[in-house]
Amino acid sequence: MSTFLLLTITGLGLGAMYFLVASGLSLIYGLMGVLNFAHGAFLTVGAYTTWFAESKLDGISSVTVRFLVSALIGLAAGAAFAALIELVLIRPLYLRHIEQVLVTVGVSLATVALVEGIWGNDARAYTVPGWVRSTTHLGGTSIPNVTWIEIVLAVGVLGGLKTFLRYTRYGLIIRAGVENRAMVTALGIDVRRAFTLVFAIGGLAAALAGVLAGIHFSEVDPARGTSLLIFAFIVVVIGGLGSITGSAVASVVVGLSQQYVNYYSSGIGDLSIVLLLALVLLARPATLAGRTA
Amino acid sequence: MKRALQIVPAVGLVGLLAFVPTFHFGLGKLFPGGLSTPGTLQLLAVCLVFSGVALSYDLLFGFTGLLSFGHALYFAAGASVSAIAVTKWQWSFWEACLITAAVGLALPAVVGWISLRTSGIAFAMVTLAFAQAGGIVVQKDPRGWTGGSDSLSYDYHHVPAAFVGVFNTKNLYWLALAYAVAVFAIVAWAVRSSPGHVLQAIRENERRVEVLGLRTRRYKLLAFVLGSFLATAGGVIYMLAFNGANPGITTPDFTLMLLVMVVLGGTGTLWGPILGGALYWYADQRLVAVGGSHAIQGLPGVLRTPLSQPLFVLGVLFILVVFFLPGGIVGLGARGRAGKRGLRRLEAAMRRTPEVGAGESA
Repeated sequence: MSTFLLLTITGLGLGAMYFLVASGLSLIYGLMGVLNFAHGAFLTVGAYTTWFAESKLDGISSVTVRFLVSALIGLAAGAAFAALIELVLIRPLYLRHIEQVLVTVGVSLATVALVEGIWGNDARAYTVPGWVRSTTHLGGTSIPNVTWIEIVLAVGVLGGLKTFLRYTRYGLIIRAGVENRAMVTALGIDVRRAFTLVFAIGGLAAALAGVLAGIHFSEVDPARGTSLLIFAFIVVVIGGLGSITGSAVASVVVGLSQQYVNYYSSGIGDLSIVLLLALVLLARPATLAGRTA
Repeated sequence: MKRALQIVPAVGLVGLLAFVPTFHFGLGKLFPGGLSTPGTLQLLAVCLVFSGVALSYDLLFGFTGLLSFGHALYFAAGASVSAIAVTKWQWSFWEACLITAAVGLALPAVVGWISLRTSGIAFAMVTLAFAQAGGIVVQKDPRGWTGGSDSLSYDYHHVPAAFVGVFNTKNLYWLALAYAVAVFAIVAWAVRSSPGHVLQAIRENERRVEVLGLRTRRYKLLAFVLGSFLATAGGVIYMLAFNGANPGITTPDFTLMLLVMVVLGGTGTLWGPILGGALYWYADQRLVAVGGSHAIQGLPGVLRTPLSQPLFVLGVLFILVVFFLPGGIVGLGARGRAGKRGLRRLEAAMRRTPEVGAGESA
């Protein structure tokens, strides 16, 4: 029972990270039809900027404050980088979807290579407050505290995104744009500003996932972005392209099944996810058509 | 007659390439040594393998419009299955080739059948997921067959002696050349056949082809299996060139590399991927040498760090090609020719118009 509890909570933590990456991907795809391969690069930029800021801010003596400030700088960098990519590289290729995918592939290759060039292939570690790395006893098992942080932040992002989409002016434009972009444009609303915004939000969430992954796996490395991105793609496909709630449900399902299967059958959890994807596709290919933000 | 003339440059090029192992001179700093040295021949052989594999990918992406992100899976299957068969199962090389061919047909048939239920971007994601599954299997090292994160070296007792050892690199080079020529011939024939025309029609407008009463999914599956099978064959030669299989070729990055090769060379053309594949691998290998050279090391850090990363240079080049050179390298020449031809036609038409008018007035 205690093992089951541990698996469930760590599975939710993993799912939380998938959700942070997948939510941005899903919104970007839903609104703009862009399959964003550069999303892993946003994650990498966020994670490395945090690490870099932390190493430069040694003037701040409190570890907690220093890490929080560095993480905020990292998140800002992820959002700014994403917005910049949208403005400079995606926007000129408006509505040319294949070219947009190709450009994001180029960005992803170049960014990872650049990070490897500057900081090398070695993994880097954050200096975080001690309690983040310790564990909590619950129901006869010890649960890593970082898992709680992941779950709380992901739920926060989900709530924030939902509120933003539901109650703000730009949220309305994004929701309408996902349903029918041509109609929004026809009503005289410049939907392109929403594109930059969606990229910035996606970049922010991805950078957050990058920082959390840096704590979760005890290291920041250049390849992390790509490996998380692939699971996020699977989550987005299972959850329905363009749907935030769908992504949230799918990331929980994927995170949990991965943990359970990994434990009860010598480490084929990752494969079971691909099998799950195949089953979903065979059962109802229409899931891919669902588009409501 | 016109068709025959078109073939002449290709035959000439293949003839020239076939004699490269007998050229005992170097080309300065372009190659690691003289043209007939094993180092250069190995580099060229792998260039030719990637020419063929890139063309097999172009059959899907360029000719049929299927954006697959899982092509690495079939290439890696070719390398891994053949390496496992000769090393772990102690089969003879030809038996290994047979089982690899069987896998090379069955695997894309199953994966294609499932993933072709989707289309467009969803298809890209699903093929990516399957390729990732393949990569995970190799990493997990089932029964110690794949070697996990280490590469799996082949057992040279079971590989034909003609392809073993540094001295025989020229045979390997000829094999790679034969592979590239074969892929070119098969893809050229396939896209000119009548199913090939259906494939290109699917790329242009799939619904219209469906309205004509053709089952597009069947044709797409055909292209998927053929392209993947050709990539599997390339994997076997790659395995021979690197004395085994390595996990690097199972990563999604490898498929992205194929995509970059095709787009750099020219999407939807026969010569584009041939050029792109060879140039990419050449640049990836030789830029390291350039990056370590004095000219680059002497630059300030801001410039030196990016320029010494081949993937950064290639990634940026790729973005530039997507923006400014949509037809790739091949498109550059074709655009010039088409432009000139268009101008000539325009000129001819303008000359003719007054004559027609004069005829009417008379």
